[in-house]
Amino acid sequence: MPAKVFSIRIDGELVKATEGQTILEAARAAGKYIPTLCYMEGLSAVGACRLCIVQASGTDRLLPACTTPVQDGMSVTTNSPRLAEYRRIAVELLLVERNHICSVCVSNGHCELQAMAQSLGVTHVRYPYNYPSLPVDMSHERFVLDHNRCILCTRCVRVCAEVEGAHVWEITSRGIQARLVSDLNQAWGDARSCTSCGKCVQACPTGALAEKGRSVEEMEKRCDHISALAMRRGVLA
Amino acid sequence: MKKVRLATVWLDGCSGCHMSLLDIDAGILALAQQADIVYGPLVDAQEFPENVDITLVEGAVSSQDDLNRIQKIRGRTRVLVALGDCAVTGNVPAMRNSIPVSRLLQRVYGEGPTGKLTMPTDGVPQLLPQACPLHDYVHVDVHVPGCPPSSKAILALVQDFLSGRKPEIGSTVKFG
Repeated sequence: MPAKVFSIRIDGELVKATEGQTILEAARAAGKYIPTLCYMEGLSAVGACRLCIVQASGTDRLLPACTTPVQDGMSVTTNSPRLAEYRRIAVELLLVERNHICSVCVSNGHCELQAMAQSLGVTHVRYPYNYPSLPVDMSHERFVLDHNRCILCTRCVRVCAEVEGAHVWEITSRGIQARLVSDLNQAWGDARSCTSCGKCVQACPTGALAEKGRSVEEMEKRCDHISALAMRRGVLA
Repeated sequence: MKKVRLATVWLDGCSGCHMSLLDIDAGILALAQQADIVYGPLVDAQEFPENVDITLVEGAVSSQDDLNRIQKIRGRTRVLVALGDCAVTGNVPAMRNSIPVSRLLQRVYGEGPTGKLTMPTDGVPQLLPQACPLHDYVHVDVHVPGCPPSSKAILALVQDFLSGRKPEIGSTVKFG
């Protein structure tokens, strides 16, 4: 049975969407921009970063566009002063949670968090910095995990489980204690399920996962390749 | 026309932001026609003067001396600009913030190759427990992130101020 076609409005414009599509998919298909950090085309969506929040008719709650399915007749607002403010707050809270020292980061100039802060006009952070003491895992032969830069978007977790099929990565603990771990909380170099394919590194939006030997500004990611690969393998049928 | 009184300040930073300011090259001549630089590493004044119109502050607040200075400066300046990532976020100086100061000093001065404690005690200001952005202590009017902010961004900011426009920083600058 073919999927039903819905008529929805995005920022006032009438758009066709198919049943089962998310608001984000429908918006992108219509050429509308909604900011995202944890979303990656071809991987499952988790709604972790809250950058893609939108306003929808019939509810005061802000909804994550990446995980909310479209409904027939719904009217969606993708940008407003209220949304812009909450998106800025989301970025500022990511920046205070760990140690994002852009100036000395391998991903400086190529970082999605840094670019998002800039595009949202975040010129400073209004909350006290957390300054946690976090380790850097250098145990892998080719790659580095720097917890200081991790935003817990889980793109690495999903690309490893859904595309590579290895499921090396998981998140352990909750809230401010949440950490990315490999295998059963072993050093990455000791994680026997890791195939060293490097997809997690390429999918990471920040400098949290990087190739060894890269200096400041030298780590450019190829997220487009990861998405293309994920789409081709039909991860989300 | 009365000249604008402009000051620059160097707290816990590397002077890179001042270098970027100097990188406006010939722009400094036009600036000098409209503004007097009344205090800063580039001029001789010993004491931060009263009635300053705009102050560009480079560096984080890391020591008791930095804190005393920024509070005095705030009281004597109309528009306070946090210039660069150290003043805006803490940046590199703040990388020590998860380490207790006593442990930090012990590691740097006490565990050197000789093993002798060489920690200076006279004439050096006491470190605060953490190096923090300016706005943790005083009201900041304009934040200009960047490590360093481009000379273009600094010049645009000062020119906006000189011509009475509200500086539009927004998406023209980035962290790092």
